[in-house]
Amino acid sequence: MAEPLLSVRNLSARYGDFQALFGVSFDLPAGHVLALIGANGAGKSTLLKTIVGLLPCAPGMILHRGEGIGGMAPDRIARRGIALAPEGRRLFRSLSVEENLVIGGERGRAGPWSLDSLYRLFPILREKRHAPSTSLSGGQQQMVAIARALMSNPEILLLDEVSLGLAPVVIRDVYAALPAIVATGVSVVLVEQDVTRALGVAHSFICLQEGRISLAGAPGAFTRAQITAAYFGT
Amino acid sequence: MEILNALIQGVLLGGLYALFAAGLSLIFGVMRLVNIAHGDLIVLSAYLALVVVQATGLHPFVAALAVVPLMALTGYVLQRVLLNPTLGRDLLSPLLVTFGLSIIIQNALLTHFTADSRRLAAGPIETASLGIGGGLSIGLLPLAMFLAAVAVIVALEFVFSRTSLGRAFRATSDDAEIAQLMGLDRRHVYAMAMALSAAIIAIAGVFLAVRTNFDPSTGPLRLIFGFEAVIIGGLGSLWGTLAGGVVLGVAQALGAQIDPGYQVLAGHIVFFLILVVRPRGLFPRMD
Repeated sequence: MAEPLLSVRNLSARYGDFQALFGVSFDLPAGHVLALIGANGAGKSTLLKTIVGLLPCAPGMILHRGEGIGGMAPDRIARRGIALAPEGRRLFRSLSVEENLVIGGERGRAGPWSLDSLYRLFPILREKRHAPSTSLSGGQQQMVAIARALMSNPEILLLDEVSLGLAPVVIRDVYAALPAIVATGVSVVLVEQDVTRALGVAHSFICLQEGRISLAGAPGAFTRAQITAAYFGT
Repeated sequence: MEILNALIQGVLLGGLYALFAAGLSLIFGVMRLVNIAHGDLIVLSAYLALVVVQATGLHPFVAALAVVPLMALTGYVLQRVLLNPTLGRDLLSPLLVTFGLSIIIQNALLTHFTADSRRLAAGPIETASLGIGGGLSIGLLPLAMFLAAVAVIVALEFVFSRTSLGRAFRATSDDAEIAQLMGLDRRHVYAMAMALSAAIIAIAGVFLAVRTNFDPSTGPLRLIFGFEAVIIGGLGSLWGTLAGGVVLGVAQALGAQIDPGYQVLAGHIVFFLILVVRPRGLFPRMD
């Protein structure tokens, strides 16, 4: 089998004084959608933040194309083609919608995503492109956050809680874009509270419980009860 | 008529204060760094201009073409080597480091140039003036200072709103953590902000050297004038900074009309009054 795009090897990470991850290991092949599920505080966001370099870890704990990138400066990891749409969206509030997208792409790689192709994916953003990013609705802001990450043409896209705080109909709109994103060959790690929705779009999943992997595999390989048990730790 | 004249002189003097303030406002906006050595860097630029003028015999304004890039480079290196490591934990450590830097610059200048006050001769422009009727006239040098301040602010507005560097400044100011995920090296962005600030410092330093006497101890008062202009104008607003400089300049000029001894005091009093009435300044943009 070919070398995985991203390998997490026995990763332990701390969040301040609190150890949030214990010996987490998994592989992400190219073109794969991996769902990361687990209760609040299970360590999902910590895992994503560690992958993008916002939290420290030993170099060999995270391998990108076989090279240890753990604890590398976040800007260097970003330029390697790993992008995060962070929890809470965190748009740059003094930048317009279009400026948020432009800054996402300025130091990125070449590829299918550009202002134009992203405006086709999220037509509402073209309409609002000169608006301040803070004037948008929650769903539209989430679209900007995803588009900003895609502008760098990443080979790995990390999506953290994209549906948090959004109305169901808006979540459906945001998720409607996912097939087109995956079709370009990007690998996706999806952190999601809505387990059914996450497992519906993923090739495989990992369930975290108190910083440890409690279950991993293909969504169809387990019963609902098994997944619930891994999620809540009953 | 004298009041009107004082008003005009005060507005033009405000240009110089805006030059003192613009660089201070810029780096506070981008990285929340209060540079206590700002005034001493202005005086350092004045001495640098003096050295260049003495070595080459060039006019001070031509010498500025060397001083500005030299100071920008100094600013870049200063940020990368000394100030970047102090950022992030709390506001106090960069404050202490720049306070130390202020003392070091003052003493290095004192050792090398003595405490004698110096001045740069700019030739006929120093005394030339434009009559604007009604017995009023505008000095060419103060006018040049004011126009330079306006030009600096127009240029800064352009950089911030239209360039990739300006987007990087604003994004880093909004959310430094996420800005890194855009591939931005925070250390470089901060160093570029300090380089730009130091370039403005250099312009201010050359004007200071031509306008008035300077010696190694004159930096801190320039810092205070710059600081007052920033606070009066409101944090985060460049045009507000110019307005703050003008308010301060006018207050000082009118104070001097009452009694020459009231010049500096009047500026401070107006600063305090504005703080009482509008604690966030006249045109605040930053929380």
